[in-house]
Amino acid sequence: MKHKTLFWFFLPTGLAMLIFIAAPIVSVVMQSVFLPHEAVFVEVENCGPFGCKTETTIDQEATALLKKEAPLGRFAGLEVYFDRGHLAVSEVAEAWRTSDGLGEFFGELRDLPFYRAMAFTLTYTFVCTPLLIILGFAIAVAVNSLHRHLKGLVIFFSLLPMIVTPLVGSLILFWMIDSRGILGNFISYLANDPDLSLKASTPLVWISLIVYGIWSSAPFAFVVFYAGLQTVPQDTLESAQIDGATRWQQIRFVVIPYIMPLVTFVALIQLMDNFRVLEPIIGFNAEAHATSLSWIVLNDLGGETRQLGAAATTSVLTLLGVAILLSPVLVRTWRDFRGRT
Amino acid sequence: MIKKLILAGALALAATASAQAACDLSGGRVSIVGNEFPAIQTIGKGAMSCAGGGVEVKTNLTADHQKINLAGMQGNPAEYTSAIIANSSIVALMNEDVIRPLDDLVAKHGGSLKKNQLITISGKVMAVAFMANAQHLVYRADLLEKIGAQPPKTYEEMLDQAKMIRDKGILQNPVGGAYKAGWNLAQEFNNMFLGYGGSHFKSGSAEPNVNSDAGVKALNMMKALSEYMNPDFLTHDSNATNAEYRAGNVALMNMWGSRAATMTDADGVPQEVVDGFKIAGPMTVGGGSISASTLWWDGWTVAKNLSDEDAEATFVAMMKAIDPSILADAEVAKQAVWLIDGYKPTAAATGVFAAAQMNTIPYPMLPYMGLIHTALGAELSDFMQGKESAEQALADVEAAYVAAAKEKGYLK
Repeated sequence: MKHKTLFWFFLPTGLAMLIFIAAPIVSVVMQSVFLPHEAVFVEVENCGPFGCKTETTIDQEATALLKKEAPLGRFAGLEVYFDRGHLAVSEVAEAWRTSDGLGEFFGELRDLPFYRAMAFTLTYTFVCTPLLIILGFAIAVAVNSLHRHLKGLVIFFSLLPMIVTPLVGSLILFWMIDSRGILGNFISYLANDPDLSLKASTPLVWISLIVYGIWSSAPFAFVVFYAGLQTVPQDTLESAQIDGATRWQQIRFVVIPYIMPLVTFVALIQLMDNFRVLEPIIGFNAEAHATSLSWIVLNDLGGETRQLGAAATTSVLTLLGVAILLSPVLVRTWRDFRGRT
Repeated sequence: MIKKLILAGALALAATASAQAACDLSGGRVSIVGNEFPAIQTIGKGAMSCAGGGVEVKTNLTADHQKINLAGMQGNPAEYTSAIIANSSIVALMNEDVIRPLDDLVAKHGGSLKKNQLITISGKVMAVAFMANAQHLVYRADLLEKIGAQPPKTYEEMLDQAKMIRDKGILQNPVGGAYKAGWNLAQEFNNMFLGYGGSHFKSGSAEPNVNSDAGVKALNMMKALSEYMNPDFLTHDSNATNAEYRAGNVALMNMWGSRAATMTDADGVPQEVVDGFKIAGPMTVGGGSISASTLWWDGWTVAKNLSDEDAEATFVAMMKAIDPSILADAEVAKQAVWLIDGYKPTAAATGVFAAAQMNTIPYPMLPYMGLIHTALGAELSDFMQGKESAEQALADVEAAYVAAAKEKGYLK
């Protein structure tokens, strides 16, 4: 294709990417390095239904002057990136110096919001992703071998977890695992412990969240793999059968190598999605036990005083995290691409 | 048929005419954002009655109001012409300078307001309060009778009674409380901390002061209470706690006045829960004389970035919404502790009135109070789960607050 044609062909997409992807990222980065001006306080008398009281408030006229001088705010560079709410550089260094042994060091890290969120997010991502790929593949193989009259119905029911809105799905599960809910009651009956509460124990909350994550994302893997299974060459399979391959050997040596690119695709999408886990934490009211970077962003923006700078910084860190997470897969795809041409 | 149409038309005309007469407006835009509890629904409906004849009135009443009101008032012209707020949430609007002084409008249209309804900051009226609120005790009189106890006056008595109720096998988890990690848990800490005589900041500065003797005592008391709560307490907000009470699982709890009035109105509440329901004042703690609670007002503001016509229309519509005549409806009168002229306290108001008489401290209106509230909400849950000491949790709160306050420019 001529360069000129390619340019005009790509222009609309390029513009859209610039406006909807590049510009917001630039704006978030700006918000993370520029902070609000230092507030000018004045003591004033506030009166209301409960009497009068001298209290501190912000001097709006003085603040307006400051804003006029430097509308972007004060430049802070990477200050927020390194503060306690984020990478907590000095706190980590302090913990490293003072703790005896790695156990204590990681214990201290758990106390810092960013590392606490990462601990859960990474566990969630790396447990959910492989398990949901395996489950999705198993469902796809099972459905593929069903009689064609049954397939439509089974596919519909297998897709349900993905169709249900994540927040609603997690809320339903949250009620079911309540100590008075159907699952919670059943589990405490199995464990023979009437006081067992899934919501009050951190390991059990993590397990519930991971089970929810697998349940809600497996249909995505299933749909992709099911579509892939339709294109597996029948003659290769037949020759494998003639050679006496068992059903397992056919799957292991014919089907899996054939759909491997799809596994990469699903892994890529799911790593990205799981790293940004938010809805189950909200739905399960799990913030006391598990947090994620997205949850921190929401918490910074949802408080009575909005912390735009802190939220923007966490967003940039999330972006970097996703990039690091995906880099092995991306490098591999790039090598495959280079190898082919 | 035609007659009916003409009649309907005439009625509609008369209705618009009377609305115009009632609100006396020729035009303007009114758009209200606020919380959604029953009293605020009443205010929203009252303002809506000014619609018609060139006046446009919209309301957006939602529990997420705090997340949208500031952004919706920062534009020019502002999307929301009025935000219904409380003494905590007015601070966010003041910090960003998005609400206007109301002195001229009060002079022109505010004839029916009492002086204590005017929220003045540095002499300027910034909001008009219409109701008061506080957290206080609600209890099951029938269960306390079984253990032969009077309603507790202190949290120490509450603990003793909880133990007696559990030991007698009446209820396994007799104490209720909105201890959900986040805003609710932080608010319960605020109550207890103020009750022990604590103050959140070193006097006159934005330096945190929660890692103190009062802070540790407050946390230990909360931990002791949580031993008598449903083990899922860190997931229970006010709604969930009320549901526990309605189901008959709770005998003693600290609850908002604005929710106590309608506590047993839901369908399917067992009769003994309805009959046993009683309200009392807030409790004290640690031998203190100030109650372990905070006082709140709810009121409305008018946006700064507005034409004078829209601001006037908003003020008049909101005045109509809090007209003393709304109290004629017994249902409305019961919904809140109204600050409106002519309000006669109902039985549901005893808790809030007791709070006011006990010199309960109003929730502080400080620019940085919201930040420490957020920090408390995020950092206290580790202590409540027994994962760290009270001192460590409070040190974490202070560190988290300092980082946030530096970012916002409140601390150097």
